[in-house]
Amino acid sequence: MTERPATEALRAHSAETAAAKAKRWGAFYYAEQVLRVMKGYSWSIIMYSVGHPVAYLFAMGVGLAALVDAQGGGAFGGVGYVTFVAPALLVSAAVMTAANEFTFPVMDGFKWRRTYYGPHASPLTPQQIAAGQVMAVTLRFLLQSAVYFAAVALFGAAPGGWGWVTILVATLAGLSFGLPLMAYSASITEDKGQFALVMRFIVMPLFLFSGTFFPLDSLPLAVRWIGWISPIWHGTELGRVFSYGYQEPPLLTVLHVAVLVGFAVLGWFLTRRQFAARMAR
Amino acid sequence: MHNKATVSSSAAPGAVQPAEEPHTEARRIVITAENLTKTYGDIAAVDGISFSVPAGEAFGLLGPNGAGKSTTMKMIGGVTRRTSGSLQIMGLDPDTHGPEVRAHLGVVPQQDNLDEELRVRDNLLVYGRYFGLPMSYLKPKADELLEFAQLTDKATSKVDALSGGMKRRLTIARSLINEPRILLLDEPTTGLDPQARHILWDRLFRLKEQGVTLILTTHYMDEAEQLCDRLVVVDKGRIMAEGSPAQLIREHSTREVVELRFGSARNATISSELDGIGERLEVLPDRVLIYAHDGEGALEKVASRGLRPLTSLVRRSSLEDVFLRLTGRSLVD
Repeated sequence: MTERPATEALRAHSAETAAAKAKRWGAFYYAEQVLRVMKGYSWSIIMYSVGHPVAYLFAMGVGLAALVDAQGGGAFGGVGYVTFVAPALLVSAAVMTAANEFTFPVMDGFKWRRTYYGPHASPLTPQQIAAGQVMAVTLRFLLQSAVYFAAVALFGAAPGGWGWVTILVATLAGLSFGLPLMAYSASITEDKGQFALVMRFIVMPLFLFSGTFFPLDSLPLAVRWIGWISPIWHGTELGRVFSYGYQEPPLLTVLHVAVLVGFAVLGWFLTRRQFAARMAR
Repeated sequence: MHNKATVSSSAAPGAVQPAEEPHTEARRIVITAENLTKTYGDIAAVDGISFSVPAGEAFGLLGPNGAGKSTTMKMIGGVTRRTSGSLQIMGLDPDTHGPEVRAHLGVVPQQDNLDEELRVRDNLLVYGRYFGLPMSYLKPKADELLEFAQLTDKATSKVDALSGGMKRRLTIARSLINEPRILLLDEPTTGLDPQARHILWDRLFRLKEQGVTLILTTHYMDEAEQLCDRLVVVDKGRIMAEGSPAQLIREHSTREVVELRFGSARNATISSELDGIGERLEVLPDRVLIYAHDGEGALEKVASRGLRPLTSLVRRSSLEDVFLRLTGRSLVD
């Protein structure tokens, strides 16, 4: 890098330095790119992050809750309906964001606009590109869940001092659902409407049958398994523990965390493998 | 063919005709490939090719579609692993030192993969970050590169709004953000109009003058003649010929070519009457080519045999003649 006739101030560091820095910080560099792209649609993110909780909490808290609570709140562990449903909504919102962020943008990266292949020609590795995207989306989960939690608190639906932990629980649930989905998205070579099917036949049933609007126990055993394998159910139950001190066996609480972390770790492992294999093709 | 002949004999703006023998002094070898092979299942995309490239050279890989050019580029670029053989870029094996190798390179892929959602200048900044470059370097560097790519007035436009030629120039600007000493260009001007191609050639020449090693694939012969000091003709994953454009023409073609048109009905039957004129005769559906060292002399012999072609043209042999001779005239899909 010595013979370049350029001004002294404009000198790139050596390739060795570039490689060393990229090896260390590469995932952050890619996260920065994803966040810059997100900035381009920040309005839709803000509208979604604020609009979703306000609309749902208003409908559930003012509309449905008035009816449900009038019947006596015994079914919901002694708390008002909106308190019961708020952690579920918060967790579901993160999972739905995951269903968006880990599908179309992944397809965009590999196929439509091939945006992964630009950074792949740089010192970044496929695993770092995947990690960077996950980091940026995780940040979105955190911010969106924080806004959601603020709305929940304003509706008075988070009694007790540990409610804020639901922000972390929702983020974990988002990753728990999102990372296996990301691995699946990375495996799709041809778009045949798979993502619409995922929304209709996976996300929607999980949303409806994960103890979101009523306790899972009130469902017949034949469909209760949907909840048991659902990150939304595990996240929701965990959220309830922190949000209003929902009573459940401590072992079950540990199980919720284990299932959520387990799905996320498995998904991350598969995603890394899929990214590396596909980009090396 | 007539047009091509004209284009290849006129230099691009600011261009210098490649010197006939550019490698008199020993230079550092930056890329070495030996028996490089890549197979997909049973198909060998690259079938044991060997070459080496000294620093500062413009080295071309020529070949029809599916010849293995892009696969070779991907292996050099450290994004696809080879099946066998050895490959060293700046003394490093890209299979074991991918990030280190890629840090040395600038890459212009066949398909643009710019961030369409980001603005033009932001594309350069973001890309520079992948090399860990600080903003204090990147901001002025991005402006310098936009100037170089003649995109300064588009700095804040969205990439969507750029023409094909502008996107290509932006991709080249992006590939230069880390000041690479080796630039890989995979079909850099495919799909561009002649004006855009000539601007690009000019920019590539400037880089070459600055000592940047250029590795490019193309199936435009005029581009190869303009840009490459040395090239290999690749077909079906193998190297068919290697040398400077002038060497290849000398070895695989004659100095001149006479193109005769007798009308498609007579072209096929005329060959016996042209027998013995020039070194070699090639009958095509639309015309007859006589490969000869003295084109005018050959044309006079044609006239002296009482043959009256509808049109005739004497031109210098081009790389295209070499290419078609080596890789055949049948269509490759």
